[in-house]
Amino acid sequence: MNFVVPDFAPAAAELFVAAMSLVVLMVTVFVKNSARTIGYLMTLGILLVAALITWSGMDGEVVYTFSNMYIDDPMSDLLKLLVYGSMAVALLYSRQYMVDRNLDRPEFYVLVIYATLGMMVMISANHLLTVYIGLEMLSLSLYGMVAMDRDSARSTEAAMKYFVLGALASGLLLYGMSMIYGATGSLELSGIAQAIFHDTGNRTVLMFGLVFLVAGLAFKLGVVPFHMWIPDVYHGAPTAVTLLIGTAPKLAAFAMAMRLLVNGLFDLAEQWQAMLVFLAVASIILGNLVAVAQTNLKRMLAYSAISHMGFMLLGLLAGVVDGDPRFAGTAYGAAMFYVVTYVLMSLASFGMIMLLARAGFEAEEIDDFKGLNKRSPWFALMMMFIMFSMAGVPFFIGFFAKLSVLAAVIQAGYVWVAVVAVVMSLVGAYYYLRVVKVMYFDEPADETPIGSSLDLKLVLSVNGVAIAILGLMPTQLIEGCARALSASFM
Amino acid sequence: MTGMPLLSLAIWVPIIGGLVVLATGSDRNAPLQRMIALVTAVLGFLVTIPLFTGFDTGTSQMQFVELAAWIPYFNINYFLGVDGISMLFVLLNSFITIMVVVAGWEVIQSRVAQYMAAFLIMSGLMNGIFSALDGILFYVFFEASLIPMYLIIGVWGGPNRVYAAIKFFLYTLLGSLLMLVAFIYLFREAGGSFNILDWHKLPLAIEAQTLIFIAMLLSFAVKVPMWPVHTWLPDAHVEAPTGGSVVLAAIALKLGAYGFLRFSLPIVPDASHAMAPLIITLSLIAVVYIGFVALVQTDMKKLVAYSSISHMGFVTLGFFMMNPLGIEGALIQMISHGFISGAMFLCIGVMYDRVHSRQISDYGGVVNTMPKFAAFFMLFAMANAGLPATSGFVGEFMVILGAVQYNFWVAFLAATTLILGAAYTLWMYKRVVFGAVANKHVAELEDIGRREFFFLAVLAACVLVMGLYPQPFTEVMHATVNDLLRHVAVSKL
Repeated sequence: MNFVVPDFAPAAAELFVAAMSLVVLMVTVFVKNSARTIGYLMTLGILLVAALITWSGMDGEVVYTFSNMYIDDPMSDLLKLLVYGSMAVALLYSRQYMVDRNLDRPEFYVLVIYATLGMMVMISANHLLTVYIGLEMLSLSLYGMVAMDRDSARSTEAAMKYFVLGALASGLLLYGMSMIYGATGSLELSGIAQAIFHDTGNRTVLMFGLVFLVAGLAFKLGVVPFHMWIPDVYHGAPTAVTLLIGTAPKLAAFAMAMRLLVNGLFDLAEQWQAMLVFLAVASIILGNLVAVAQTNLKRMLAYSAISHMGFMLLGLLAGVVDGDPRFAGTAYGAAMFYVVTYVLMSLASFGMIMLLARAGFEAEEIDDFKGLNKRSPWFALMMMFIMFSMAGVPFFIGFFAKLSVLAAVIQAGYVWVAVVAVVMSLVGAYYYLRVVKVMYFDEPADETPIGSSLDLKLVLSVNGVAIAILGLMPTQLIEGCARALSASFM
Repeated sequence: MTGMPLLSLAIWVPIIGGLVVLATGSDRNAPLQRMIALVTAVLGFLVTIPLFTGFDTGTSQMQFVELAAWIPYFNINYFLGVDGISMLFVLLNSFITIMVVVAGWEVIQSRVAQYMAAFLIMSGLMNGIFSALDGILFYVFFEASLIPMYLIIGVWGGPNRVYAAIKFFLYTLLGSLLMLVAFIYLFREAGGSFNILDWHKLPLAIEAQTLIFIAMLLSFAVKVPMWPVHTWLPDAHVEAPTGGSVVLAAIALKLGAYGFLRFSLPIVPDASHAMAPLIITLSLIAVVYIGFVALVQTDMKKLVAYSSISHMGFVTLGFFMMNPLGIEGALIQMISHGFISGAMFLCIGVMYDRVHSRQISDYGGVVNTMPKFAAFFMLFAMANAGLPATSGFVGEFMVILGAVQYNFWVAFLAATTLILGAAYTLWMYKRVVFGAVANKHVAELEDIGRREFFFLAVLAACVLVMGLYPQPFTEVMHATVNDLLRHVAVSKL
């Protein structure tokens, strides 16, 4: 058996982040409490350098390495850049919040770096084991972060729930993977695709595995009926951690769905699309209806996240129509555009909570936004942008995201799904409007001036304005997503 | 002037002006903000005048066309143009915006910048709706215009404003979301085109036509509003500030009716023919039943709101009889109603600013203290009742003539509006204006000032000119309406 040195170049960013995580671990352990900012700055620096490495390696080529366990393609490059960006913005938003609560401990930054690494591995996985390693790396870091606030019973409970349910979902996923391995004799995604294409595997076992795989995926995406953890974890975790869970991991979960379902099991598309129709419709209905009853903004956003992931699935389920994959490119492009847009809006919405929060005050109830227009017209305007964008009202980017996934499902002939989706977005509009209502129509209950740091205000403003500007000029983003996908899959 | 992108200017001048007003910040700068708002509104109106003077009445083609790629990935274009149907509404809207800015001059004292900005931005968006020739562009303007209206009702409205604002938003959104599904379906059928003019030529099976018609009907019927989805309108009108009511009545209600002409009739003509009896029935219910409802109102704004629903019933009636007199009469009625209902709400606003009540019973004998005002109010009340020589008469008369060609009994029921309209409007006028001075509030009333005189006089002139010499208006729409009718007569099956 001869050993071939693998090509490290396609994974340069991952190797860099992995090495730096150890450096951060060592440095932050030894610095004094007063110099904790160094962990924050180093993490931002690492994200920046990783982005530069990924950026310089972007050549539009599909490269495999580590005996085909790893893939570097335009989709992975784009998604990784978005992950760095979203993690960096999340860190910026949460700095003051974490300092106020004495949560900016060294391990937080190390966990952030590991979570980023896990997402990078998930995004570039071309092998069932690589997918699983990336996923666990992300999940374990997130469990730890949810429990950061050790003294809070709510956080600990949320972390426990997340951990137990997450472990169960990982079990389901692994079980599904083992079935698929059994049926196809391959762990490598292209090998699985080959085996299914030549119909060598045992169909029953394969379908059995597919069901477990989709269930595991559904849990990670947080769609009905595997959504139970979302509201509790969103609510229980410190807002900064909710922000981290609710943004970049959605990009990674999308990548995982693309890798497993499209790279690996594309020839079973008719089967998994049928499952996704149920998951999507159920998520859109339940997420929107239950969100109406929430008074806590974090819980409301949690249910809204469930419904948004349902909308994203609308794109994934529309790829193959009667065995004809002609529209697959547009449909998956729409799903990716949706998830990217969602991350942008989600970042801003949790950023708003962080803006109003201060030491000893969480600002997580909808009523905490009362009369914001009087306290700060500018940020009320930003929040209004975010809410209308989430509701899918033009001229905001959220509208175009909804438009593209709706176009995809109607193109695929599921007009009834589109009708359900739009009727439910009407319900959605109600609870988003309620936030606008308390900001604009009610008198402020709390006159404290908004004292957040300048960097948070600045980045949040850019984020909010981006939602509006991209709504006027969405072309680049839509085409960027479509291009990245078509190079990887078509 | 032909080289100028006039329609873009009509859309973006008010929007950018609105953003500038918004940027001036707090109420300390209120006088400056009002000035900027007025200048922008006047400028916005001035750029629309060449649309009228340069309009070619000999053709039914789209004019002043602007075409640029917006989102090439979905083949969505920034495609603007006006024909004889839409051009007048762009003018009307830009004109009414000036009135609204002037009407809010002293009345609005808190958050002036946001108030003025909301109206200016809405004015730009409305112009966008009337001139968009791309389905998604139309939808985007159509939806986006809900946001400023929602805020106007909710922030500056009456006691029950929150309920009214949310009801307004959700009612309208329900219809338009289904319309969006219909648009995407048309996009697919048309081979990837959102161009409305392509949709006009697209052959469709009757089942598809019926579903598309229903989706659009829901959207436009809510906007018009038609009976039985009209209930948001009285709530919204009562709670909205005067300016909001004016824009709602004068412009926003026209969007639904405009949608029928631009979308339903030409895109799904067979379904429109099949559904015409239904629409005509609903329209007659609106005319007769809502007329009676208006009669018993005790709140002046509500009364005018119901009268608007009844008048809009006339408009949908005119459209779906599908003869030239009906459609032209309905269009004239839409413009005339824009002037009259706007003026009626401004009159009520004038009294409300002084007495802070809209109840008819709180007034009586206003003529004794406000003679000039009473004269204007008289003119608008008469116009609302359809008195000959006012614009209110022309449209109603044409629609009734069209109805006689269509079916005598339809015409008979439609003509009851002449009695009902006179009854509810003049009875209200009598109770409010004539009689002895009712209470000390009325005794202390001051007659209208220069600002109020200005906007009432301008509107009075419009009502009279249009009533005495409607020909320039009908001339503009003639070619387009004839072409539309020829198009609708051809089956798409």
